[in-house]
Amino acid sequence: MQSALARFLSEYGMILVLLLLCAFFSVVTTSDQSPTGGAAAREVVTAIQQHFGPNPRVLIVASDLPSDTTFVASVARDLAATGATILATIKGEPKAARAALQKIAADGGKLDAIACTQVTGAWLVFSDLKTDFPSLGEPRVLTPRSYRWPNFLKSANLLNIANQIAVIAIVAIGMTMVIITGGIDLSVGSLLALSAVLVAGLIRDFAGGVNASLGGMLLACLAAIILCGIVGAFSGFMVTQFAIPPFIVTLAMMLVGSGLAYILAQGQSIYQIPDSFVWLGRGADLFSLPNAVALMLLLYGLAHVLMSRMKLGRYLYAVGGNAEAARLSGVPVNRVLMFAYIASALLAGLGGVIMASQLKSGSATYGTMYELYVIAAVVVGGTSLRGGEGKMLGTLTGAFTIAVIQNGMNLTNVESYTQKVVLGAVILGAVLVDRLRHPR
Amino acid sequence: MTRAAPLLEMRGIVKSFPGVQALRGVDLRLHTGEVLALLGENGAGKSTLIKVLGGAYRADAGTIAIDGHATPLHSPPLSRAAGVAVIYQEFNLVPGLTAVENIFLGQEVTRAGFITQKRERARAAALFQRLGVEINLDAPCRLLTTAHQQLVEIAKALACDARIIVMDEPSAALTSHEVAQLFEIIRDLQRQGMGIIYISHRLDEVFTIADRVTILRDGQNVGESPRAQINRHQIIERMVGRELKDEFPPRHVQIGAPRLEVSGLRRGHSVRDVSFTVRRGEILALTGLVGAGRTETVRLIFGADPREAGEIRIDGRICALRSPQAAIAAGIGLLTEDRKLQGLVLGHSVRENFGLPNLTWLARRGFVRLRQERTHFARSINQLKIKVPHQEERAGHLSGGNQQKVVLAKWLARDCDILIFDEPTRGIDVGAKYEIYLLMNELVAAGKAIIMISSELPEVLGMADRILVLHEGRVTGEFSDARTTSQEQIMALAVA
Repeated sequence: MQSALARFLSEYGMILVLLLLCAFFSVVTTSDQSPTGGAAAREVVTAIQQHFGPNPRVLIVASDLPSDTTFVASVARDLAATGATILATIKGEPKAARAALQKIAADGGKLDAIACTQVTGAWLVFSDLKTDFPSLGEPRVLTPRSYRWPNFLKSANLLNIANQIAVIAIVAIGMTMVIITGGIDLSVGSLLALSAVLVAGLIRDFAGGVNASLGGMLLACLAAIILCGIVGAFSGFMVTQFAIPPFIVTLAMMLVGSGLAYILAQGQSIYQIPDSFVWLGRGADLFSLPNAVALMLLLYGLAHVLMSRMKLGRYLYAVGGNAEAARLSGVPVNRVLMFAYIASALLAGLGGVIMASQLKSGSATYGTMYELYVIAAVVVGGTSLRGGEGKMLGTLTGAFTIAVIQNGMNLTNVESYTQKVVLGAVILGAVLVDRLRHPR
Repeated sequence: MTRAAPLLEMRGIVKSFPGVQALRGVDLRLHTGEVLALLGENGAGKSTLIKVLGGAYRADAGTIAIDGHATPLHSPPLSRAAGVAVIYQEFNLVPGLTAVENIFLGQEVTRAGFITQKRERARAAALFQRLGVEINLDAPCRLLTTAHQQLVEIAKALACDARIIVMDEPSAALTSHEVAQLFEIIRDLQRQGMGIIYISHRLDEVFTIADRVTILRDGQNVGESPRAQINRHQIIERMVGRELKDEFPPRHVQIGAPRLEVSGLRRGHSVRDVSFTVRRGEILALTGLVGAGRTETVRLIFGADPREAGEIRIDGRICALRSPQAAIAAGIGLLTEDRKLQGLVLGHSVRENFGLPNLTWLARRGFVRLRQERTHFARSINQLKIKVPHQEERAGHLSGGNQQKVVLAKWLARDCDILIFDEPTRGIDVGAKYEIYLLMNELVAAGKAIIMISSELPEVLGMADRILVLHEGRVTGEFSDARTTSQEQIMALAVA
């Protein structure tokens, strides 16, 4: 049991680092939170019931912000269910609230409670009701209570982190495979841009632009991804057939891919895309999990199974560990390498499609420097650049570590230049810690 | 009789690694002008001991004295400064640098920060003159022969005024002519008052060169004796700790029909027109000097290198065999000469290494059947008596003999019909050798055909049914009955 824990820690120690980072940013970003929507409504309704029994006369006051709609609707519904009399419902400005109070006073009505959000509860109108509207009785202003909770740990923020890193994390799956074979793929950032331009351009020019059908969009996505795959196949071909170092081949393809993207986009951003195209990048259909994040998790699951349970995964490790020994053991080394480069390119293509969907446009400027962030995620995740070792789930941890640091620094208002310095230090630190834990 | 303090005295050296106690209080003495043979099975602690001496490892306990003065050797530079030079089996040369650059690496002859090449070159030339050899001083070391690289290492030791030179398996990759030359140099160094620790598995050499032998077993001294007072048999007995009846187990196998026939194999200068046949139940030895084209020949058969000409038939049928994959599918297995570079993925577990050539049948629909893999490997571990703490142990952590057994296990599990053993017992201790010989006998008894490449003539004569001698890529002779052949006859053809 203890050794199992030790092994887990030594293999997935980065998870611990990630959790510590999360804990740190949670502490640092803890602040007063005001409940909104349904939660706020429930609190106010409970308070009204406690103070005024079954039949209070209530005024509901909320701002006209869309976020308050749920609040108003929930309070009205829940109060009506308990038998309260809702004299008026205000959605708007203090002026409207004053008018409503005056109207109730003019009608000779009494008022028990005013249900407010935290913002509306602080309006000056309600500061001295006794003198302003003596005829109303003694109405009490009820607001939801605030509580302390880290901004970092709000579910919206966590989902935001996941969504922000989804593209890099997906591309990092392919990069992990390539690095495990002892290679490197510098072309992924450019392929991402190429794919985004391709998918946007194909939709604009062939699928009917903003009126494109679902089928047309799917075909465009598929075509963009497959074209990227062909570039990857070319890189793999150069690496396997001519023994050109992967660094050189993919450096060249990085330039070629980026250039092609600029040529195809003619230096512009392509935005003639239907609104429904953002489904992949911005939608959240599964338990409010963003679709890109769901896709990322699915791909990591598949990649983990591939690397840990399948013959192909074993071959990828073997080729990286000792290519000659692998070849002499009957491993089809060239085919395995081809697979790694094609997979990396296909995933970069998919990343480009997701990015185009998130930003609802395609531009050749996407993905700049992404190859380096992707490599950083892989390396922070514990994969050795010498090949032969590494874990898919480590890469996911690495990607999240980078995302959490960036997000945490945004929340604590660290400026972006400083962020780069910190990120660089963290990447180096993570690899250093790994090296110290596994001395050679 | 009082004697001057020994040149080197190591006392009670203890060194342990996680899970292993490599040295349990080893003593070692070396006098000036003496050649001491350090003997022991693989894993006995010889390598650890010399790494302690070379400063690569720091002993947990024990003292080291040079000329009677306690001298801590905590790092390679300290050790070098104390006059100790260790020549490891894998040389410490930078392949891209010349002999001169390598010799003075870290101790460059400089003037005002600039290297004075002329003086370095002159000093290097003088060193080689002292050794009585001539080598190309300006070629990158990777282009030199193994023997010459070794001479560069020796020159390097002399250049830093070493008085104690440790040689770890110096003859492993040398031809017998080169070994003779090395011995002359060792005797020369001996006359100049140096102490030499000589590690070798070849007992013949030990009897030729050593003045005294020290034997280790399981990290302890089990014998120390002047060479004249101990014989081969006694040494082997102490190394393995048991009586060894016969170095080569007997075999009675009916040899059957031809299994593998190759004709006209050709590739560049290394293999020129090689033809032979191996039959079921037969061990065919390919012998000759290093560089005779033996390994190159079997690599062509295995599809590891492309052949320029030649035909390969298995059970009478022509096979293309353009890749190792195809050769393996056709039932051929190759146990490479170099386990570390070609046989194993050292950073991976022994189980994964075992599985590598076997995934074609261990996997179903692309998924590795892990339970099957573990069961089969556990069986191999038992059968071959592989010493591993568990199946997840890294292959790089094993001793040479156990590594070879893992390589064996992976090929045996494939049930190949034709097995090629390239130097199967190189760098392996006597006990493990015997086990491997037994296993080869079992394999041929089961109707397999074996091609064995070996430089050790006693092994060739003891194990082979038929012997093929190669020289410069050609077959220069064949002995159809090993029992009636002498080492001299073979050597005559090998150097022809």
